[in-house]
Amino acid sequence: MIDLLPGRERQIVRKDGGAPAADMACGKASAAGSVSQRACVFCGSRVVLYPICDALHVVHGPIGCAAYTWDIRGALSSGPQLHRNSFSTDLQEMDVIYGGEKKLEAALLELIEHYQPKAAFIYSTCIVGLIGDDVSAVCKRVATKTGIPVLGVHSEGFKGTKKDGYKAACEALYKLVGTGDTAGIGPHSINILGEFNLAGEAWIIRDYYKRMGINVVATITGDARVEDIRRAHGAKLNLVQCSGSMTHLAKMMERDHGIPFKRVSYFGIEDVSAALYEAARFFKDDPAIMDRTQQLVREEVAGIYPELQRYKQKLIGKRAAVYVGGAFKAFSLIRILRMLGMETSVVGSQTGDQEDYRQLQEISDPGTIIVDDSNPLELAKFCLEKDVDLFIGGVKERPIAYKLGIGFCDHNHERKEPLAGFVGMVNFAKEVYASVASPVWQFAPRRAHRAAVLRELARAETPATAPTPPTI
Amino acid sequence: MLDGTTAEIKPREALRINPAKTCQPIGALYASLGINGCMPHSHGSQGCCAYHRSHLTRHFKEPVVATSSSFTEGASVFGGLANMTQALSNIFTIYNPKIVAVHTTCLSEVIGDDIPMMIKKATEEGIIPAGKRVIHANTPSFVGSHVTGFASMVTGMVKYLSESSGKSRAQLEEDGQLNVIPGYVDPSDMRELKRIIKEMGVKTVFFPDTSGVLDLPQDGHYRMFPHGGATVEEIKSAGDSVGTIALGHFASHPAAAKLDEKCNVPAALLELPYGLTNTDRFIHALRNYGGVDVPAAIGEERGRLLDAMSDMHQYFHSQRVAIAGDPDHVIALTQFLVELDMKPAYVITGSSGNHFEQRLAEILKDHAPDAIVKQNTDLFALHQWIKNQPVDLLIGNTYCKYISRVENLPFVRFGFPILDRMGHRYFPTVGYTGALRLMELINNALLDHKDRECAEENFELVQ
Repeated sequence: MIDLLPGRERQIVRKDGGAPAADMACGKASAAGSVSQRACVFCGSRVVLYPICDALHVVHGPIGCAAYTWDIRGALSSGPQLHRNSFSTDLQEMDVIYGGEKKLEAALLELIEHYQPKAAFIYSTCIVGLIGDDVSAVCKRVATKTGIPVLGVHSEGFKGTKKDGYKAACEALYKLVGTGDTAGIGPHSINILGEFNLAGEAWIIRDYYKRMGINVVATITGDARVEDIRRAHGAKLNLVQCSGSMTHLAKMMERDHGIPFKRVSYFGIEDVSAALYEAARFFKDDPAIMDRTQQLVREEVAGIYPELQRYKQKLIGKRAAVYVGGAFKAFSLIRILRMLGMETSVVGSQTGDQEDYRQLQEISDPGTIIVDDSNPLELAKFCLEKDVDLFIGGVKERPIAYKLGIGFCDHNHERKEPLAGFVGMVNFAKEVYASVASPVWQFAPRRAHRAAVLRELARAETPATAPTPPTI
Repeated sequence: MLDGTTAEIKPREALRINPAKTCQPIGALYASLGINGCMPHSHGSQGCCAYHRSHLTRHFKEPVVATSSSFTEGASVFGGLANMTQALSNIFTIYNPKIVAVHTTCLSEVIGDDIPMMIKKATEEGIIPAGKRVIHANTPSFVGSHVTGFASMVTGMVKYLSESSGKSRAQLEEDGQLNVIPGYVDPSDMRELKRIIKEMGVKTVFFPDTSGVLDLPQDGHYRMFPHGGATVEEIKSAGDSVGTIALGHFASHPAAAKLDEKCNVPAALLELPYGLTNTDRFIHALRNYGGVDVPAAIGEERGRLLDAMSDMHQYFHSQRVAIAGDPDHVIALTQFLVELDMKPAYVITGSSGNHFEQRLAEILKDHAPDAIVKQNTDLFALHQWIKNQPVDLLIGNTYCKYISRVENLPFVRFGFPILDRMGHRYFPTVGYTGALRLMELINNALLDHKDRECAEENFELVQ
């Protein structure tokens, strides 16, 4: 067994095949001094809001926070590309002493005049929380002067975890919701929450609903426009994909606008079908929607099934480790991997809660290691212990997997192919196959060693009368 | 559609658009990784550490390890002492590094945390095991840039670790040990500098050294502390060297000055060895301090570079170049571009420091006196200048790719960070051989562009 940080024992569980283990100690701040894979409040807010492409996103703080979040997420826009620039007040020592409000106001006025955005989001960083800038007052003044919504995001890095950043983003978004005209929104209309259009995934999903006869009012926030968000309260149903980030917004919309919400996932055949049927069932007043949905699912599944089977034949019996931000994605991944004939041997998340981990234990295979807020040493050792063939994670995990000689799939910001929807299932299978079956691993020491052992074993089993080498 | 930049230039007072720098802590973290068995520690909230690790990982494609004090609201009210104490205790108990290099963040600086006091307290309380070291650098994000952060951490290494044993000058000269401080360059460059030094037959203490830390072979293992990096003992002995060669005014000279002040080690303050002249100066300094002759092999490397420069000189003549990057890199590279007879048109850095503009004015005064040279600016400004008067070539980090695409410019990736191409991880740009690679990159970018864009009748087989 590996060394664990003191106090981390209860953040790791091994499913023993019997009753679920005791509740995991999660949702707590990482121990100081641990090599955590987690980020901060600002990070949470920034990733959620950044895809709104006709808004101005200004980071109020020192330069780093803006530099590290400059166009890193691959959230595609079908129109404006304003969100792909990096705007910062680049606070200096004098600003820290005398306050940065003036600088922020001047920056906002300059930028809004230049870019004519539809709204502006102002992200507070750690330092703003300490020097006491009244960002709300600045936002108010600038909004009055420019006539556009100027929204402060309370994302001071130290004031909680990434989850609190999601919440702060939802609060900022909610100031927009309800301010637009809902005229023309039909009875069969939805919003998709927590879909960020990485590699164009929102476009795929929106197309499904269109074919079903359902109108998508706003995708929040993938390829989103401010105007869509302002009229999002006109929709009749909210479908929440990345539940960790967007449930808060959905709850507020339910409370104030009576819009019910459902948690969905668009990853994997089972989940995406369920997500589509969820909407179809909701609009049961029009049975044609359900008919179209059934037909859509049938067509799409039939379209990808043969190719999936081909990949499954190659992948059957392979083992995977999954370490992702939110636990809900881990559920989907376990199911998808299972559909490909693969087993998830290690699974974990940065921000799961007790209920998430209870569910994870429930759907995991016996022997699966379940971890909360892990670190590279742990992850590496678990991967070796379980002898996995694939790691699914984010940017910091990729090189660790490769050093071990393990295939990798980025199911995070750096995915290059859409992994959502039916077509995404095939892309995923293809990506997993491409990495797991890459010829590079046969040269990797781990595999090479195994091959040598197997050769050794084979030789031992060969009868003594093995053919002698031909003599010349 | 990525083109939100207009040619019309308005004075901007209060904001940064598309920065050409990042914050101090990441530079300090990178420098720390150049010490053998070192755990970099970020004294601040968790996000800083996560961002720095991700950003460095994207550049190096290597695991990057660091710990964080994981500040919460409590720490920001009551100070970070408890977090630091717990962190040091955890780090040594679990990860067991030889040394921890602490850097601060904007958060801990504004709170006013006194790191030396915290280290002292941890030492007294026995939290730092015997034989282990903890060093620190102050790197508030609202001062300087990643380059000054790097410089501060290297200076911190000297402050905390380097010692003079009081040997006589004659004894030191007989030992013949020399310090080389390579600056904020890639592991591939550090590896190449060490190769040159070895070829020259000079005994050196080379720090920080991220080769063997961030350019590891795949061997089936993940190691938190790889074999590479300058050891604590080596950095300690830097106080007993006969001299220091410090490469780069911004990243390396402060540490060399500190060594001189603390241990009386005289320093040769050079620029990064990009191109012919700057490499000549480096070799010359090695020869002088090390008391060695330049071996024939090095002479031949120089000869090959010179030969390539002769072969290809007509392609470089008068080509207008925009260069963006870190000050040491840009100064030295501009020198090389002048040697190639190119015309630097815009030469910028996001970092601050008057030396940048002064030194470049000297380098460019005869060759390109009209060049716009600017410190403390950003890529938006550079783009505006290019829109007003175009260039033939753009050289800078990955973030310049937006400009390159919009303006259809040949583009050479150079500096930090490079997030979208692979060469920098393996092929150095320092030294005579590195200069050949720089030339190749520049020449190919120009000719590829010409082949793609020129009229059919001008499309040539032989260049």
